[in-house]
Amino acid sequence: MGAFAHMSQVFPRYTNTISRVTAVCVFASVVTALWLWARVQRSPYTTDVRIAKEQPVPFSHRHHVGELGIDCRYCHTSVETSAFAGIPPTETCMNCHKLIWKDSPMLEPVRQSYQTGKPLEWVRVHDLPDFAYFNHSAHIVKGVGCRSCHGRVDEMPLTWQHADLTMGWCLECHRDPTPHLRPLAQITNMNWEPPADLHHQRALAEERDVKTLQSCSYCHR
Amino acid sequence: MTKGYDIFWRSLEQREGNAVDEPAAAATPDSWVDAPVGRRRFLQLLGGTVAIESIAACTRQPPEKIIPYVKAPEDVLPGRPLFYATALPIAAVVEPVLVETHMGRPTKVEGNPDHPMSRGATSAFAQAEVLELYDPDRSQAVLHNAEVSSWASFASAIQVATLGQRSVKGRGLRIVTGDTTSPTLIAQLRALLSEMPDARWHIHDPSRAQPTTGTAEPMQLGYRFDRADVILSLDADFLGGPGPVGAIGDFAARRRPPPGQSKVAKMSRLYAAHSAPTLTASMADHRAGMRSAEIEHLARLIAAKLIDLPANEAIADGAVMPSTVEQRWIDAVAGDLRAAGRHALVIAGTEQPPVVHRLAHAMNAHLGGAGHTVVYRKPIRASQTQPAGTLAELTADLNAGKVQLLVILGSNPVYSSPADLKFTEALRKAPLRVHLGRYVDETGELCHWHVPQTHSFEAWSDGRSHDGTVSLIQPLIEPLFAGKSAHELLGAMSNQPDRSGYDIVRAHHQAQLDGSPFELRWRRILHDGFVRGSEHPPLTPPPLQQQPWPAAKPVPTTGLELVFRNDPTVLDGRYANNAWLQELPKPLSKLTWDNALWLSHTDATERGLTNGQIVQISVGERKLEAAVWIMPGQPAGSLTLHLGYGRRGGGQVAAGRGFDAYQLRTTKHLHVQHGVELRPTNKTVALASAQMHGSMEGRDLVRSGCASAYQNDPQLFTRHEHKRLSLYPPHEYSGYSWGMTIDLSSCVGCSACVVACQSENNIPVVGKDEVLVGREMHWIRIDRYFGGEPDEPETLFQPVPCMHCDNAPCEVVCPVQATTHHDEGLNDMVYNRCVGTKYCSNNCPYKVRRYNFFGYSVEAIAPLDPTQPSMRLLHNPDVTVRTYGVMEKCTYCVQRINYGRVDAKRDNRRIRDGDVMTACQAACPAQAISFGDLNDPQSEVSQRKSEPRNYGILAELNTEPRTTYLARLTNPNEDLAPDDCDDQGGHGHG
Repeated sequence: MGAFAHMSQVFPRYTNTISRVTAVCVFASVVTALWLWARVQRSPYTTDVRIAKEQPVPFSHRHHVGELGIDCRYCHTSVETSAFAGIPPTETCMNCHKLIWKDSPMLEPVRQSYQTGKPLEWVRVHDLPDFAYFNHSAHIVKGVGCRSCHGRVDEMPLTWQHADLTMGWCLECHRDPTPHLRPLAQITNMNWEPPADLHHQRALAEERDVKTLQSCSYCHR
Repeated sequence: MTKGYDIFWRSLEQREGNAVDEPAAAATPDSWVDAPVGRRRFLQLLGGTVAIESIAACTRQPPEKIIPYVKAPEDVLPGRPLFYATALPIAAVVEPVLVETHMGRPTKVEGNPDHPMSRGATSAFAQAEVLELYDPDRSQAVLHNAEVSSWASFASAIQVATLGQRSVKGRGLRIVTGDTTSPTLIAQLRALLSEMPDARWHIHDPSRAQPTTGTAEPMQLGYRFDRADVILSLDADFLGGPGPVGAIGDFAARRRPPPGQSKVAKMSRLYAAHSAPTLTASMADHRAGMRSAEIEHLARLIAAKLIDLPANEAIADGAVMPSTVEQRWIDAVAGDLRAAGRHALVIAGTEQPPVVHRLAHAMNAHLGGAGHTVVYRKPIRASQTQPAGTLAELTADLNAGKVQLLVILGSNPVYSSPADLKFTEALRKAPLRVHLGRYVDETGELCHWHVPQTHSFEAWSDGRSHDGTVSLIQPLIEPLFAGKSAHELLGAMSNQPDRSGYDIVRAHHQAQLDGSPFELRWRRILHDGFVRGSEHPPLTPPPLQQQPWPAAKPVPTTGLELVFRNDPTVLDGRYANNAWLQELPKPLSKLTWDNALWLSHTDATERGLTNGQIVQISVGERKLEAAVWIMPGQPAGSLTLHLGYGRRGGGQVAAGRGFDAYQLRTTKHLHVQHGVELRPTNKTVALASAQMHGSMEGRDLVRSGCASAYQNDPQLFTRHEHKRLSLYPPHEYSGYSWGMTIDLSSCVGCSACVVACQSENNIPVVGKDEVLVGREMHWIRIDRYFGGEPDEPETLFQPVPCMHCDNAPCEVVCPVQATTHHDEGLNDMVYNRCVGTKYCSNNCPYKVRRYNFFGYSVEAIAPLDPTQPSMRLLHNPDVTVRTYGVMEKCTYCVQRINYGRVDAKRDNRRIRDGDVMTACQAACPAQAISFGDLNDPQSEVSQRKSEPRNYGILAELNTEPRTTYLARLTNPNEDLAPDDCDDQGGHGHG
């Protein structure tokens, strides 16, 4: 024992417990913090899922798509030919609203835009990071319907984001696209439900030569 | 014989074993790089950085707006580019192009595949025109006595002044333009001159001051390289500089076998006599460097052997054999030319005196090439077709006080006039001076009125290409800086001051296309970009001039001779403010951001001069200080100084760089000065050369050999390759498998690919200081190798993009998987994963990875400021703009592959061969680059790869590169190089 034999202990025995509890608490709080951070990252607070954004005109897809039955492509004209689905020019709104609801105060910004030539400024609902290059036409032509990503637009009074648009969500389908395929005639149909077994969709995948594209530069370049 | 790796050298330092690994370690720009940082300070900085970055990472994406059209224009499909056919005047003659626009923003230039003078290819200058458009240094307002004014005030001022001139038949009116081929501009000027017969039009074209063609009447000569078996260049550089890019394609096609074959059907042979080394001399099978004044003597000696008596009487009188050439060279060239007959072609250089052009014409006429390999057409340049005066005449008028109103349209004579004219002093004597220009340049500063000039993408105009075809120039964007075109300015001086540029150009063509339903034809012309069938028909070769040959001018013996040339990238200074062209390494010297006095190895050794040393050049009483660059291939006794540098104004990229050659030029000696003295000083400057950067340390990279030997022994270039084994299983590619070949027989080193890549892929400019420390960002570089003797070296070019290795050394060392292997063979680079360890670059044997040491794309590091509002329009929206701390490299233009893939999907088919062209491939005038699917055995690239001369560089490292090279074939004359082709496969190692 030598020279230290006569020294009393500096710390009483119970301090062992304190240090153990402290260590566990620190560890737990770090884990909790990480878990919380991850939750926040995937919560609507960050992803904007199901959060309707204020728009210059409270445009209702439920009314136009669900109740009136206008096809998506009437307004989103370039969805089959371009990366960008296309936001309709003011002119498209006025095709109908010259005649219907032509005095509605809600449509005042549309009429203003049409008269002054100043475009409407819509708030982007689906905003991918700038380093991700998504192409609408590539998905449409392979038979991925609007609903797969945008959800039941026909039930949205104001437009919100249906999916969280994280890379994990993209890859889920890119690893196995078959369950998300539909016949080309049903692309914009919001009510179409896939058949119970995958047999039909496997045939579609075969027919449309659907690949699982997972290399980075398919989307990032 | 193939040249072994031990023969080639990249620079003189390397050849003499003095190579420095770090190009300019001493020239590190800022001292903070070397500042010592203690451990504590380092930890403080690290902690701070982590904290700041964490906070930064918590920021949410700012909300974005989508702003649709009110009334959607027809044809515009958001997300897909549109291509418009137009043309770009590059040194007067237009280059037919297609311009890619994204929602009204021009972003990229492609060649016009329907036009015979382009065939889809472009020059480096055409590629750089996009930056020219968005250049934030362009003048942005009408200036009156350096105060901001308006177009309306200017228009009324010029109308009043013109009215005054009309009353005196324009006695005091002088108009200066550069050389032009625009039919509308010429017609406008002629109309103005016919209304005011005493007014005069002067043409000032600094680089091409005396166009001469060797014929009695001025002609436009076209060269048919597709028909030429034997070509003799008398100091002509038909492969460099702004020329018809289609001709480079014709030339290259006669230098390589068709895809998949090993035999070149009738390979052409090129002899080049040159003063300053050129791209043409580099491609020659036999080159002979000599002083510029000796070219005439050589031409006379060859002509005397080709042209029979009596026509050759006195042709060789006084001709002295150039010291660098032997009699057998002349005999061999003459013999070859004579044997080729009407398939022979002799070309005289622009800088050579008229007698050399006359000799070339005489040789072509006697051999039968005139009308066959040389096509004679009506001239196209205003300087040849219009009764315009010279700058010297204008100076005399100015000094005599005859000029009341001087209008300068897009020309900069204050900078580029010969020094002996003292034009600046004369200019000040004109009481009213008007300048139209894209910059407030040296001339603009001295004029009362300055009007910003539109870019070719902003205004209506027209012009002719080399064969005379009329191209229409249509605007793609509203003038960014409220510019006006020369047509509109002349319109303001005419009787109809309110006509728009469109009305003026359209009315001119309506008058020309009389008789047919105009609207339909007009729309067709706008669609095609040019008027079909408007090329000038070939003329009967003009007869030889009958006057006797004057005796040869003796070669001056005192002092050195100084040759002035257009700069390879900024030409006569017109592109001096283009940062892409400033940073583009000059093909031979590899210098960036500067010119320098080229000096031969012999002369430098004699005088003890080193690279970067400042010397004083004296020509008579005129003196200029310039930095020296020892240039392999520069003939002893001859110096070369390129024009276009030493600008005193004209934008912050242009000003103050390099040395002003115009200060030594005189009216009588525009191209060559004799009796030049050099006096060394003890000053030096750092010259930013890309030469030693990324040196491949003398491995067997460029393979070159005789076409005849290759035909006899197809394994000539690949015999010494070993079978390579790998422990790893090979990748399997079930869909596409992308690959590239680069044909070294075709590549002439013009560098159009480098600028095309820069434009397509949003590659930033880094500036001279960063180039000095080896941080240039080009995704494709052109390595230039020299072999043999420094005064007459063999010169080879090798474009080097990413090799997209199958066993990529970069992929395995990345700790964050930022560089990964694509299932179609590409080596992907994911910017948002990259944390900037640079391990990949360290492990890349090809040194093709580029690192953003600073935010070159997002901060003003170089003289070009990317944060300026106009610069944000420049970017290709299909490619991410990289910020600091991120590695980047060639992607095989994956955005184009993806476009092609989606298009093919939409039609439910595979991507066809030729659907996807990389930017470098599309721009290449020589079609040296093939790209496509290796899984398709019929694709061009597969065919090319099947040729026995296909090899990969550093393939012995087992990297399995997807970019491979096709060995360079040469066609030497056996009489001159009897042993060159005998030594089969002398590879050096094995």
